[in-house]
Amino acid sequence: MSDSEPVIILKEVDKFFGDFQALSKINLIVNKGERIVVCGPSGSGKSTMIRCINRLEQHNAGQIIVGGHELTDQVKDIDAVRREVGMVFQSFNLFPHLTIIDNLMLAPRLVRKTPKPEAREKAMSMLERVRIPEQAEKYPSQLSGGQQQRVAIARALCMNPEIMLFDEPTSALDPEMINEVLDVMTDLAKEGMTMICVTHEMGFARSVADAVVFMDEGEIVERNKPEEFFNNPQHERTKLFLSQILAH
Amino acid sequence: MGESVDLIIESIPQILMGLGLTLELLFLSGILGLMLAITVLLMRISGNPLLTWPAMIYIYIFRGTPILIQIFIIYYGLSQFEWIRESILWTLLREPFGCGILALTLNTGAYVSEILRGGVLGVDRGLLEAGSALGLSKRHRFIYITTPIAVRLAIPAYSNDVISLMKSTALVSTITLLDMMGYARIVYAETYAPYEVFTSLMVIYLIITWIIQRAFGLFEKRMSRHIRK
Repeated sequence: MSDSEPVIILKEVDKFFGDFQALSKINLIVNKGERIVVCGPSGSGKSTMIRCINRLEQHNAGQIIVGGHELTDQVKDIDAVRREVGMVFQSFNLFPHLTIIDNLMLAPRLVRKTPKPEAREKAMSMLERVRIPEQAEKYPSQLSGGQQQRVAIARALCMNPEIMLFDEPTSALDPEMINEVLDVMTDLAKEGMTMICVTHEMGFARSVADAVVFMDEGEIVERNKPEEFFNNPQHERTKLFLSQILAH
Repeated sequence: MGESVDLIIESIPQILMGLGLTLELLFLSGILGLMLAITVLLMRISGNPLLTWPAMIYIYIFRGTPILIQIFIIYYGLSQFEWIRESILWTLLREPFGCGILALTLNTGAYVSEILRGGVLGVDRGLLEAGSALGLSKRHRFIYITTPIAVRLAIPAYSNDVISLMKSTALVSTITLLDMMGYARIVYAETYAPYEVFTSLMVIYLIITWIIQRAFGLFEKRMSRHIRK
């Protein structure tokens, strides 16, 4: 497979919530192995856009093609896409009634029908990858926010996704826990994972991203390499946004 | 005073002759009611109006009317209809016991289905989204995520309803059944000592309530083990 093989294609995508247009004519192509950071003011449609990619939201117009499957009402295609796409949420969303290891094993066992010993082995190796194997038998409520988010990343990885979506993964964390999560994400990026990451961690964007996408009012205003994006923003709205978040 | 205490103690064994029937009514209608409640809940949340509407009408009727009327309609009312007397239902409805079970089951089923719905609605939407994102089907999400969490959320209200059902069983004494209340009324008719007889009866109900509370307390503790640090 060549490096410029597109794995996510959004073409003229519109999304409405009632009368409110959350996305308008979104065009985005993400190639295999590319790391995209999406930023923009709150309410600009960042989360909605990545939630459309694994069909947590349905788009109203346009086309979304993920790993060769077009997202329509066909359950088969939705399942196929969800098998290839892992997602990490702002609020972790670990299953509170299951231990960490059971959180990791649930989907592989139910969806992939992986036998228990194999699922367990995979889960342990993923916990090692996010550096918390010693927490395997605990419940989510016994872990810190940073640990919970790393478990959430490990849980998504247990399904062997080709693509990872991150929806503000560090926004709910105390400041001292942000780096442990970003470290894990940086490791993933180095290993060649295709990633779309909604975040305001500009240090992460600079060091890891291949491209930064800036959204405002449901539109993609600008897409550029991080260097260019930060040093030489093209649009007024981008400049304003950067001046606001980089003010301190 | 000594006489009263003697009477209270003496009436207890007689009232306890009805304990078996009281417990039978409680367990049978409790279990059947729970099964009915789960069915009605699934209808109610199915999103299909053909299922949702009958469920809502059933809940409205049985929550919205006194249980004593429900018992009377089932016991005295239904036998008026010849087609019921000729149907297979008659084997159940011919006996006051069957009528009692049916009335209590229908009544508790309506309440419990709403209690369970409260639990289902209390499940954080984000958890179901996480399940979807991991590729879990709607059925898997319901069984492995919604159900265990909803059950824990519903336990306090459900235990309340079981206690309420236990007390409602006393009403079947009005349709000739000899539960504890039925026996207490016999003892009262013989002794004309309402204070003593009904005090004994109250104490027995309180003991049963205590056992139910304790059992649900333990169950709740077990279902909440993931929350304790």
